[in-house]
Order: sequence, then structure tokens, then C-alpha cells
Amino acid sequence: MSLLLEPTAEIIKEEKIYSQMGLTDEEFQMVENILGRLPNYTETGLFSVMWSEHCSYKNSKPLLKKFPVTGERVLQGPGEGAGIVDIGDGQAVAFKIESHNHPSAIEPYQGAATGVGGIIRDVFSMGARPIAVLNSLRFGELQTPRVKYLFEEVVAGIAGYGNCIGIPTVGGEVQFDASYDGNPLVNAMCVGLIDHKDIQKGQAKGVGNTVMYVGAKTGRDGIHGATFASEELSDSSDEKRPAVQVGDPFMEKLLLEACLELIKSDALIGIQDMGAAGLTSSSAEMASKAGSGIEMNLNLVPQRETGMTAYEMMLSESQERMLIVIEKGREQEIVDLFHKYDLDCVSVGHVTDDHNLRLLHNGEVVADVPVDALAEDAPVYYKPSSEPAYYREFKAMENVEPEVENLEETLNQLLQQPTIASKEWVYDQYDYQVRTNTVVAPGSDAAVLRIRGTEKALAMTTDCNSRYLYLDPEVGGKIAVAEAARNIVCSGGIPLAITDCLNFGNPEKPEIFWQMEKAVDGMSEACRELNTPVIGGNVSLYNETNGTAVYPTPVVGMVGLIENLSHITTQAFKKAGDLVYLIGKTNTEFGGSELQKLVHGRIFGQSPALDLETEKQRQQVLLQAIQQGLVQSAHDLAEGGLAVALAESVFGTNGLGVDVDTTGSAVTALFSETQSRFLVSVSAEQKEAFEAAVSDAVQIGTVTDSDTLVIRNEGNTVIQRSVKEYEKSWRGAISCLLN
Amino acid sequence: MKFAVIVFPGSNCDIDMYHAIKDELGEEVEYVWHDAEDLSGYDGILLPGGFSYGDYLRCGAIARFSNVMKEVVKAAGEGKPVLGVCNGFQILLEAGLLPGAMQRNTNLKFMCRTVGLRIENNETMFTNGFVPNETIKIPIAHGEGNYYCDDETYEQLKENGQIAFTYAGTNPNGSRGDIAGIINEKGNVLGMMPHPERAVDALLGSADGLKLFQSIVKHWRDSNVVTA
Amino acid sequence: MMKVKIYVTLRESVLDPQGTAVKSSLHAMNYTEVQDVRIGKYLEVTMEPTERPLDEVVKEMCEKLLANTVIEDFEYEVEEAVTR
Repeated sequence: MSLLLEPTAEIIKEEKIYSQMGLTDEEFQMVENILGRLPNYTETGLFSVMWSEHCSYKNSKPLLKKFPVTGERVLQGPGEGAGIVDIGDGQAVAFKIESHNHPSAIEPYQGAATGVGGIIRDVFSMGARPIAVLNSLRFGELQTPRVKYLFEEVVAGIAGYGNCIGIPTVGGEVQFDASYDGNPLVNAMCVGLIDHKDIQKGQAKGVGNTVMYVGAKTGRDGIHGATFASEELSDSSDEKRPAVQVGDPFMEKLLLEACLELIKSDALIGIQDMGAAGLTSSSAEMASKAGSGIEMNLNLVPQRETGMTAYEMMLSESQERMLIVIEKGREQEIVDLFHKYDLDCVSVGHVTDDHNLRLLHNGEVVADVPVDALAEDAPVYYKPSSEPAYYREFKAMENVEPEVENLEETLNQLLQQPTIASKEWVYDQYDYQVRTNTVVAPGSDAAVLRIRGTEKALAMTTDCNSRYLYLDPEVGGKIAVAEAARNIVCSGGIPLAITDCLNFGNPEKPEIFWQMEKAVDGMSEACRELNTPVIGGNVSLYNETNGTAVYPTPVVGMVGLIENLSHITTQAFKKAGDLVYLIGKTNTEFGGSELQKLVHGRIFGQSPALDLETEKQRQQVLLQAIQQGLVQSAHDLAEGGLAVALAESVFGTNGLGVDVDTTGSAVTALFSETQSRFLVSVSAEQKEAFEAAVSDAVQIGTVTDSDTLVIRNEGNTVIQRSVKEYEKSWRGAISCLLN
Repeated sequence: MKFAVIVFPGSNCDIDMYHAIKDELGEEVEYVWHDAEDLSGYDGILLPGGFSYGDYLRCGAIARFSNVMKEVVKAAGEGKPVLGVCNGFQILLEAGLLPGAMQRNTNLKFMCRTVGLRIENNETMFTNGFVPNETIKIPIAHGEGNYYCDDETYEQLKENGQIAFTYAGTNPNGSRGDIAGIINEKGNVLGMMPHPERAVDALLGSADGLKLFQSIVKHWRDSNVVTA
Repeated sequence: MMKVKIYVTLRESVLDPQGTAVKSSLHAMNYTEVQDVRIGKYLEVTMEPTERPLDEVVKEMCEKLLANTVIEDFEYEVEEAVTR
């Protein structure tokens, strides 16, 4: 038995075995002080995993406090499985985004699949029925076989899990940049619907109540660092399992249906997903939140492998498991409920009043530690922050136009940049229709799902242009929130709230911490201004390869409420003769733009500016016009500027074209990435009403039936090319790069 | 007319089928769990899409041994309309109610998109509402929809008018003869990869699938009037 | 206890899209010697001694569930497994 070979408490201290588990000398000393004795091997494991950044947010907590987290619609803010926002009529929407970056870098298919599985569990653990999944993905340039492999497998993993469990994958984004070469980002967001009365909490209340384990059996998968010190200690090395978790979407489908049946039972006291740090975090957090304790007998835990130690069971990250607390005496009805779905459901312990997590194994107490120390009292670090030299340098640069010789061909090249190109290759693999609520499928600004039985719908999106954040994290952070809101507004929705996934490099580097600090400042300000509080999220740090960090990438997931199905709007032009308007002035802003990247092969200078007041005002006015039925199509201007937005609005319209006039410098007019701009089309009959409603909209042209994209500048035709030709480049770019 | 939507562990288009019948077609419908032992109270049997038993081993291979399948076979024998969509089609093949087998799509990827379907035979109880050679728009969403059968079977299918639908335009999955849906010899069992239940509401892109369900009801009404 | 090793393969006449993809991948990696790739399944079934002849039982399992004989063939071998 490897249990006997675990190092003693003294050896753990003397040989600093704790440091291999991730605890610092000071942290180990703190543990010793809390317990008033040396922790044993299992206890050291509990602390190391609960005090990891992933579970404790010890490096990011001071920053996360800056986010606005309340609002008139917020029913549940950060701290539970997912945040919840009121949408009226006794209904609410629950959503959260989470990263699975490191697992996906090692085993992309399973890493991405289990990321999807985990976020879905977070949502149904709140009692909500998951209705949609979105994904925000970042990869290196699609040039090396490794990056192509990561990209293909991540997409396949998301598809494999989401399609099987039967929750539509409706949107998200994929961006490519060399900074993600060795460290892809895989962020999954899940959105659920819930009635107010069904909202659950992960709490272990009521002394004597029963703690039950449901779902898949526990194996040795996902035990982080389990390879380390036990190398020469375990009885046989071929017993070792790879640390990769494997997802079973079929099991999760059963677990989902069973749990949604369970929440209707008044025997249920609390429920929580066994996510990161599995049994440890779910038990400690549920007890800590309720001000109680938990005692569990680990011999009762369903096990997939033989000879598992307490340490292994507590740190396992086997998937598709939940911990629930049930009113004492009603265990059998719960067991019966889960057996109907062929799922394991066993009592493993009970709620106590001593505020401790006590674990028994083979008749002995193998751990006895205060739950608050694990869940709440993790150390908090205020990391030093320092402004990087590159930032000062970029800030001092003038905004200059990249030199472009042939505008028509430049647009063709921009449309083939993988970040801009059609993501059809990706979403063709996702079942985005299952459950038949998807009104706006992937490819428009935001995905839209109707709420069956009502006249309402939900719009959802993820956004983050990390190039702007790299150049200026504060402005870039604002832009990420503002752009998400623009996408919601263009779809006809009122932005409700956001969830965020803060992907950064190593926070111990002052320049990285500075990026985090500034990004959070910018995001917080934008959330306040746009009235979209942060209702939850996740932090992923140490995203580095060979000492180089990824671009700061705080992904924003936003959900909006469409009050009436008639408000649903897409970016595609609708009919010839409609008038095309541009809302917002265009300045020469190319820092971090697609054109700059295309021409110079790198990004530099200042990010585009953002004025939140203007942003807010334009969004409100446009939304009102949409709600009044004055708008045929709406699209925000993003990567590639006006020319790309025009092309995107005319693609897929079967024969429509567009003819517009621009003024000023052609390169700026066509490709600048000035923020807070919208491209809108309006019926000729509604010209006056629209212009009265949106006073700063400028008519720039009309939708035609010519199948040609025509852009004039100061009277000269600068682009005149068949839409089909452009569309072919745009649609085929990604599969072309993969083959 | 009263329909049963059979629910296997891992079915996930059951709810779509249910709502298509109830909300859009306006007929009676109930979910029936995979261990049910009696389908005699239903006039039509619907096997929805999804990933029954995770599609482990082979799509539909495990579901085909569910208790309820004996009853489905019986209902088919009695001449009741039996419709299997996507995973439901795969189960019907595994159960031997329809000839042939399913292979992975030739591009080896799951694909979700709306495709054109040509009505090859509009004289079946599932297609009587369509005109000959009509082309309709119906979504597909599958990884294994590449229908296979040997030459002899294929000739028989053609001869007997058992090919109900073919893909119009590009064949998305490499199926033999562009086959998208087939019926049994008797004409009361239809298996198809495209999802008619996803095309019953113009808000979601197409309502072309509704005619298929209306055809079933029409046939049922007509034959019940005759026998009454 | 017996260990039955079952190999399920696609029938020769049936096209194997997965195998074809793997073959072109191997060719792209310069394994030009590769003539053909066929992908199948391998199952390990641990069994108690059977009342009926083992061959009969195994064949039946394969025909009923483990292989789809419309497109697949199967072979198997039986090993005496060491009891734990």
C-alpha cells in the first residue's frame, strides 16, 4: 500500500516536500500555525490545492475586489458555481466562463472537452438548465503542425462533448496570434435558464444532514503533481496514470437530467460540482459557506481503481461528479432518483458543527483541518506592479497609417486573416441547433436563443481583442467590455451582466501584474458605465512559454435580454435599396489593428481610444432604434474596420451588393479600428424616422442587388470587386491554412 | 393522432421532437422511457436524435437492445408509422428494421448545417404532402451519416421506391447514392439523417419539415376514415 | 477466468474513411512504403467459463452486439487469464 509509504509529517517539513506541491515556506508555516501541529501528507495536499491560485485567487483577489458585482438585476454574484441575473417573469439567466488552458495545451481534445463539461456542471449545480455553450479560443499563428493540431483537436473536443450532451454550442470567438504559440487559451462559457424559486446554493447546512456523492467513480486522473515526490515511494510505477482527465459526456447528460430532477426535491440542502480540487474544494467550500463542518469516510467513495489513498481521492479531478447535502433520513429517495439514471449515489459523510473537514480512511482519521482555513483564509498577496518599458515606448508613438498600395487586394488579404476569416470550419462541427431555440446561429455579432413559451430571447457573446490590451491594458480592458455590449446591442438586446476569464502570464513578474491591474481597472470602469456588473468568472495565470507571456487576455462573456422576438437583428444586409449608415466618427487609429499586423508583421503604438460616455450614448440610441423597428441590420465595426464590416454584412446574402462613399484618407476610412462605431442598414421608407432617432448616423451608401462591393473615396472608386470573390477568400481561408 | 417520442439514455433531440408535434403540428404526444413495455396506445412512434448510450461501441448499437425496441418492432409489424431521425435512423438500422449500415462522414467530422433535400418518392405515408422532386431545406447534425449498403440492396431500394430523400446539391457525408432517408419495403418505417423536427418554425430558419409530420397525420386520418 | 480478445474490422468491400485519412497522413510523413491502412476495434472480454461451448457464445455476442455484420467482420482468440 502506497499509504504506508507516504512521507511523514516531519519529512514533509524537513525535505520541503510541500514545495513540490506548490506551497511556499511561509505558507507551510501558516498551515503549521493554523493546525498547531505539522500537517500530514494528506493535509498538506488539501492546503496546497486549496491555496493554489486556481482555487483561492490569492494573487488576483485584491484586483477582483475592484469589479462592480451588484446591480438591480443581479440575483447571485461571484462566489457560487455561476452568477445569476433576473430577466423578469420569475425567470433568470445563470452563466459563467472558465478556462481550461493548461490541460488543453497537454491533451487538446480531452482538455477542451472536460473544460466544457466542467462549466456545464457549474451552471446546473445552480439548478439552471444549461441552454447554450460558447467558447473563446486563442491559438498561435496557424502555421506550424503543432498549432494546427492543437486547433483541430480543441475544436473536436468541444464538439465531441457539447454535441453528445445535447447543449448547443452557439458562438464565441477564435483568434490567432504568435503570443499563444505554446500556450493556447481555451475558455468555455455556459448559459442556463432558471426559475427564481429553483436557485440552489452550494451549502452544507444542518448538523447531521447527509453528505452524498453522485456521478462517476473517482480515479487517479487529474491529480496534479501526483507524479512528484511519490515517484520512488509508490509501490509500482506502472500504477501511475497520466494526469489528463477524460470526459464522459454521456455520463454528464445523465447527471444533468438527474440533478435537475433532484432540485425539485425539498430533501436537497446543497449541491456543488466537484471541479478543480474535486472532493476537497466541494466539501470545504460547502461547509465554509454554511458555517459548518463535514466528516467523510473515504472508504465509501466510489472508486474506479484499487488501492487509492486518501490523498489521491481528495485531489482527484475525475470528471462528472457532484457533492450534495441531503436532509437526514431521506437518503433512499435520492438514491432511487439517481439509480433511475444508472448513476452511483452514496452517503459518504455528514454535516458537523465543529467547522472542520474530517476525513476517515481505513478506520483512521487521515485529515482534520478547519474548513475556513482551506476555503476562506488562504493567504492574499499584493504583488508588486511596474509599468513595462514597452508601454511607455508605445504610448509615445504617433498614430500613423500603414502604407497600402492596393486597397482592393488589401481587403482581400484582410478577409483571409484567420482572426477575421469565416469560422465556419469551426462551428460546422458544433451542433448549434439542438433543443431548437437557436434563432441566430454562429457567425453574426452575437448568438440569439429564444426562450420557449415567451416572446423573449437571450443574446450572448464573448469578446476580447488582446492586441489592444497588450498595447494598453486599461483602454483594452474597456474595449473588451464595450465590444461585447456592442455585439449584444446590435442583436437587439439589453446588456445585462458579464462573466470574465482573466488569462494572463506569471503574476510574480511586476510587468504582468501591472497588466492585470490596469486591465481590471479598465474593465471595471466600463462595467460600471455600461451597467453590466461582473457576476462571476475565473482567473488563469502563468500562461507563459519559455518565459514569454501570452497577450493579456481578459475574455468577457456577456448576456443580453431581447425583450421581444421582433427586436432580433443580425449583421446581414436584408434587401436592395436599403440605406447604409455609419454611426461614429473615424480617426486614424491603427495600433494593434489587423492592417498594422498585416503590413508590419507586428503590432505597436497606441491602442484605439475609447470614450465610455460616447459609447454608452450610441449604444442606447441604436438599441432604441432597433426596438422601434427602424433598423434592418446592425454590425459593430471591429477588426479590419469599415471595409471588413461591409464585406461581412453582404456575405451570405445571395446576390446583394453594397455601394458606399467615404471621405478623408482612404486607408483610414476603410481600415481604421476606431471604436464605438456601427454599420447599420435601414429601409428607404424609414429614412426620416431613423435619422431623427439616431442623429449622429451618416448615410454612406445603399444596399444593391449587384453582387458587387463598391467603396468610393472622395469620389474615386477604390474598391469594386465581386462579393462572391471576396466571400470565397473569406470562407475558405481557415480550411486552406489547415490543409 | 397520438405520438410516442422514445427517450433512450443519451437521447437529446427528444424535446425538439416533442415540441414539433405538440406546438407546431398540434397533435398529441408523450415521452416514452426506453424501458417501456407497451406502445399499443400510440398511433405513431418517433425515435429522436442524440447520442443514445453515448454512441459507445457503434451509434445505436446498444439502444437497439432496450426493452422498448421489442415494442417498436411490433408496432412496425402492425403497420404503424415509425420514424427514426439521425440517431433514431441509426437505431433502426442496427435493429434491422431498415437495411444497410452507417459509417463516419467521409470528412471524419461532425457537421451541422442546413442542406437541400430532394423528395425522391412522394407517395409514402411520410411524404404525401410534398410534390415529386420538390427540394426542401432541412438541417443535418451528425458525425456518422454516411449511409452504406451493398449493390444488391441499393438496387432493391431503387426498384421498390424505398429511397425517400436524397441530398440535393453537395452530398455532405458521402452516403451511397446521396441517400438521406429510406423507408422499409412495407413503407411504414422511415429512417433519415436530416432533422425535420428542427425545421418546423420559420423563426429558426425553415418550416419545411412540418409537411413530413403533416403527411403522417393525413395518412393516418385517411386510413382511419376508410377502416372506420 | 478466460480472456477473449476480439478484433472487429471493416469488411474488405467497405470503404474506410478513417483508414484512408491515416494513410495519407503517413504518406505525408514520408512513410511511402505504406500501402493501405484499415482501422478496426479491439475488445478484451473477461469471462467465466460458459455452459455452452465458448465459441458459440462468443460468436453470438459478436454477431448480436459487438460487430455490425453488415459492414464489419470479426475474429477472436481465447486466452486463459490468470486469476487475480
